[in-house]
Amino acid sequence: MSHRPASSPAKSPKLPVVAVAGNPNTGKTTLFNRLTGSDHKVGNYPGVTVERHSGSFTLPGGRRVEVIDVPGTYSLSARSREEELAIQAVAGLEPFDPPEVVVLVVDATQLSRNLYMVLQVIELETPVVVALNMTDMLEARGEVIDVDRLRAELGVPVVPMSAQKGTGFAELTLQIERVLATPSAGTPKARWVPDSQPLIADIEAVGAEIPPSWSRSSKQRERALALWALLSLEEHDELEAIPPRLRAVVVERRKLAASHDRQIDLEVIRGRYGWIDTRIDSILKRNTPDAKSLTEKIDAVLLNPVFGFAIFLILMAIVFQALFAWADPVMKLVEGAFDALASGVRDVMPDGIAQEFLTNGVIGGVGSVVVFLPQILLLFLFIGVLEDTGYMSRVAFLMDRIMRSLGLHGRAFVPMLSGYACAVPAILATRTMERQRDRTLTMMVIPLMTCSARLPVYTLVIGALFPPTHVFGFMPVQGLLMIGMYVFSTLTALVAAAVLSRTLFKGPRVPLILEMPPYRLPHWPSVVRMMVQRCKAFLFEAGSMILVCTVVLWFLLSFPRNADVQHRRETARAQIAATHASQDEQAARLAPIEAELKGEALRSSYAGHLGHAFEPAIRPLGFDWKIGVGLIGAFAAREVFVSTMGVVYGVGDESDEDSATLRAKIKAETRENGAPVYTPLVGLSLMIFFALACQCMSTLAAVYRETKTWRWPVFLFAYMTALAWLASFLVYQGGRALGFG
Amino acid sequence: MKSLFDIRPGESARLSHVGGERSFRRRLMELGFLPGTVVRLVRSVGVGDLVELEVRGGHISLRRSEANELRFERDR
Repeated sequence: MSHRPASSPAKSPKLPVVAVAGNPNTGKTTLFNRLTGSDHKVGNYPGVTVERHSGSFTLPGGRRVEVIDVPGTYSLSARSREEELAIQAVAGLEPFDPPEVVVLVVDATQLSRNLYMVLQVIELETPVVVALNMTDMLEARGEVIDVDRLRAELGVPVVPMSAQKGTGFAELTLQIERVLATPSAGTPKARWVPDSQPLIADIEAVGAEIPPSWSRSSKQRERALALWALLSLEEHDELEAIPPRLRAVVVERRKLAASHDRQIDLEVIRGRYGWIDTRIDSILKRNTPDAKSLTEKIDAVLLNPVFGFAIFLILMAIVFQALFAWADPVMKLVEGAFDALASGVRDVMPDGIAQEFLTNGVIGGVGSVVVFLPQILLLFLFIGVLEDTGYMSRVAFLMDRIMRSLGLHGRAFVPMLSGYACAVPAILATRTMERQRDRTLTMMVIPLMTCSARLPVYTLVIGALFPPTHVFGFMPVQGLLMIGMYVFSTLTALVAAAVLSRTLFKGPRVPLILEMPPYRLPHWPSVVRMMVQRCKAFLFEAGSMILVCTVVLWFLLSFPRNADVQHRRETARAQIAATHASQDEQAARLAPIEAELKGEALRSSYAGHLGHAFEPAIRPLGFDWKIGVGLIGAFAAREVFVSTMGVVYGVGDESDEDSATLRAKIKAETRENGAPVYTPLVGLSLMIFFALACQCMSTLAAVYRETKTWRWPVFLFAYMTALAWLASFLVYQGGRALGFG
Repeated sequence: MKSLFDIRPGESARLSHVGGERSFRRRLMELGFLPGTVVRLVRSVGVGDLVELEVRGGHISLRRSEANELRFERDR
């Protein structure tokens, strides 16, 4: 397995391409996974952030073919860029090469609807093999499809199979091989042929504008693409690479039709379904049991306004608990392992820049990437199960009203919830939404959720600056503040979603069409495969950026070298060594001196200078330059603020949020005029800043990975920082005006 | 003609008209919501304000307001 960034690099020798297409929820991905086995690459389609999954396998005769997984669609007609991919990939429009064979995955339990797309693809003269999937479920329902009859009617090979159980694959590969050798075996004439004169005139008029590179001088393809254009193009749509003349003629023909009380869409769709309906009864032996299906019985409970909602909340609580608490021991283990590795390197390498670069820069950087994997794995385990069982559609069903009022998609709920644990896996999870707009909007608000990395900062500030007293005698001030921070961040995220969806992400209202697939058991290999893919994508694409940022931060915090500090450290070490005290005692006496010197080195580093440079900007928030240094350090991850402050104040980098020394030091810190730096008001201002600012390079790297552009991470950073500055300013200056702090 | 609100959950009715914005209408028709097709209202409760319909063996949920673009034949 490898990652390749581009979509279709020229491979030599080029393998024949088999495109796997079909409706969503037909088991298309399972079939693709089974066909390609372990050979699986994830790339990106050019221009859109839709992943391109490809792989290869060997046909029974020994020929190797490349397989691409076309995003699932109900038909080839398109209104968004994402939907346009299907027609481009299946018909082989630029920039795609035409596939040698299209394997159309058809859900046998929903034959007539699935046949609609089969007819469309056959019209395009692309060689087709129909994979009649889920025949096991059909049997379980007591229904029978006359496969020979279906084959005869469609004029293409039809292979009954069950992708989940793994049956029918031998026959499928044989048929792919056959059509590859004899394309005509999978390329019959168009099944449904328009017969009304006005519609034929429309097709002729639009067909004249179909570029020759599309129709490849085939009259039939030209007609098929004219039909596609008539159903897809609008005066204003997102579709790209559409000749303006073609669009104009489509709009004109549609207007003309409307003036004659004709609806072209209706005529075409009715025509195709008419072809299907006159044949379906001879192909499919139906069984209409009186009893409700199992899925309907389950849904009666799971979509019940009371019980269903309660079960939903319990399930979400489990997901949240898992991300928040269960992943923690593994993350600690990862951190421990990298710490051990770093200290091992310290033992064998002499002190110096090279050693520090290796331990703090490289090992620390790789560690800060790997530490995300337990949460990513867990979240995608849940998402895989939710998707595969069909429950994710029920989540959207239950949450649509609430999420829609915020301008979000119903499916944004799981990613938003995950944001309370960590924004990074949550941002990767926005993939469960189809539309780029929904995904990006969700990514822009997730980092406002109180992630677990903010908690150490809050704990330190609250513990150091707020008294452990109670309000009204029973409500602890410190606990209330913590809850207050959660409420504040949640409200801010919801308001931000509502505002962004009505401004920057404003667009035509998109009606919801949500398929409710029958409940199924998850296909575990596919779930595991997705988990692994997500981790690899994160490691290689976001990880490299995080690593670079870590090294840059290390550089800022460690350079320029302070010769004076080094000299004093060596002197102190020599002096203590000369006392011949026990090893433990020597270490104990050295530790505070080392901590003080580390602080001095940091204060004179580039980060220290930057802190000074930032001070005018953050002084109105009540922060001094030392907090500025902490903010720079916190860019690696918010919780690093705590240890950076530990170093700044010469308490050592081992300090955690519960460190009494660090708390005391913070409380004792004074300004030049003797007033304390940290008042409760400054503490509040600092917490507000952390709640709102995007102080997290990994979040930005994850957004870059998912949007494939710098525009969104830059926007995210800018708007959150501006929001944070403004809110902290209001809190601090407002508080002072009211006489606090 | 009657709307979805005249149909009780569990009942079926024959579609007579599909309205709404063009691409929405087109997608519904492609999913099988064509005039003349029998559609069953599976459920219309739910906190999500959605209705679930069955057409051609598939189950599709729509927002109540958007589903109101569907018109059904009066019982004969």
